[in-house]
Amino acid sequence: MRQRKVEIIVGLFVVIALMCLAFLALRVSGLIVSTGGARYAVTANFDNVGDLRVRAPVSIAGVRVGQITHIQLDEQTFEAVVTMEIDENQSNIPVDSSASIYTEGLLGSNYVSVSPGVEDKALHSGSVITSTHSAIILENLIGQFLFNVNK
Amino acid sequence: MIDAIATLGRQALSIFSRVGASGQLLYRTLFRLPNFRKGFPLFLEQVYSEGVLSLIIIVVSGLFIGMVVTLQGYSVLQKFGATQQLGPLVSLSVLRELGPVVTALLFAGRAGSALTAEVGLMKATDQLNAMEMMAVSPIQRVISPRFWAGFFSMPMLAFIFNAVAIFGAYLVAVKWLGLDDGSFWSNMQSSVNFSEDVLNGIYKTIVFGFVIAWIAVYQGFSAKPTAQGIGRATTKTVVYSSLAILSLDFLLTAMMIGGW
Repeated sequence: MRQRKVEIIVGLFVVIALMCLAFLALRVSGLIVSTGGARYAVTANFDNVGDLRVRAPVSIAGVRVGQITHIQLDEQTFEAVVTMEIDENQSNIPVDSSASIYTEGLLGSNYVSVSPGVEDKALHSGSVITSTHSAIILENLIGQFLFNVNK
Repeated sequence: MIDAIATLGRQALSIFSRVGASGQLLYRTLFRLPNFRKGFPLFLEQVYSEGVLSLIIIVVSGLFIGMVVTLQGYSVLQKFGATQQLGPLVSLSVLRELGPVVTALLFAGRAGSALTAEVGLMKATDQLNAMEMMAVSPIQRVISPRFWAGFFSMPMLAFIFNAVAIFGAYLVAVKWLGLDDGSFWSNMQSSVNFSEDVLNGIYKTIVFGFVIAWIAVYQGFSAKPTAQGIGRATTKTVVYSSLAILSLDFLLTAMMIGGW
């Protein structure tokens, strides 16, 4: 009888521990079991990506629609090639949309905002966003401001 | 002069022979085919006494550590108007460092010491010898279930510690200090990475569980069979485990951050 009780208590212990692990995975780290093919990749070339990092959000009108998966340097043009994955259900973003890098708040992290264009054709996997606006580098702005003040 | 060198040599030899003996014990524990039908009830019994009975101290300290880190973090972040970063601050410090290390220290103090005292007393009262007389292997009957139970319980306790600490942080940040519920969780989710933060913390707890269980059973198994010897062995378990945990934590962190 006692052996049975120990078995039940230990079983409960393990179940609670695994539930805590699930809580850590889903609620704390936001791990989402990604279903393959639910997203499509789009690239955009920027002159300067500033502090943009992989896994930063991509948003349209402030609503998150995807994330950055890859940032690398184009060796010919010396531009930054940013690859982003956009959710499959956002399948009618016009091809002439423009991408800009903004900062969350004054000191927050960077994200990419896509402003929709007017074309009928939609972005698809592998398309390139041509119209881009680079990150605003605070130091450059301050430098320009000081330069103008001194004139 | 020669005497001093000889003393040094003798001490070095005894240290090496103890390391070797503990390695032999570990080898005999690990590489013996377990008898699942007989061994499993013993293992469960030990998970109960090492893991389940440590729950109270783990839950209470997890809750309070989460709450204290949140309060301290809030008072600093508030100066910069960055209180929305409180969730990432607490969850990263708990998942990466505080969770594994504090759980391991508490586990060494609560379960490791009890384990050593128990095995040491069995040895002092000749129970281990009696088992060998009856052709029952003490390694299989006593050491192995205790070792594996410690190794298994430690990560479980760390999961519970982490979850409770983050819940404590939620209580203080959202319910008491009035932070926004949604931004607390979403900032946490956007900065905590499952494989980098949660899994690396789990790897640490697995290593710590192994080391604590090993030190505890070896100290009990090799304790002098006297009252004083058992006391010394228990102290040694706590001291050696704590030192091992802290130094291994540094090494593992360096490996994980350095990427090798």
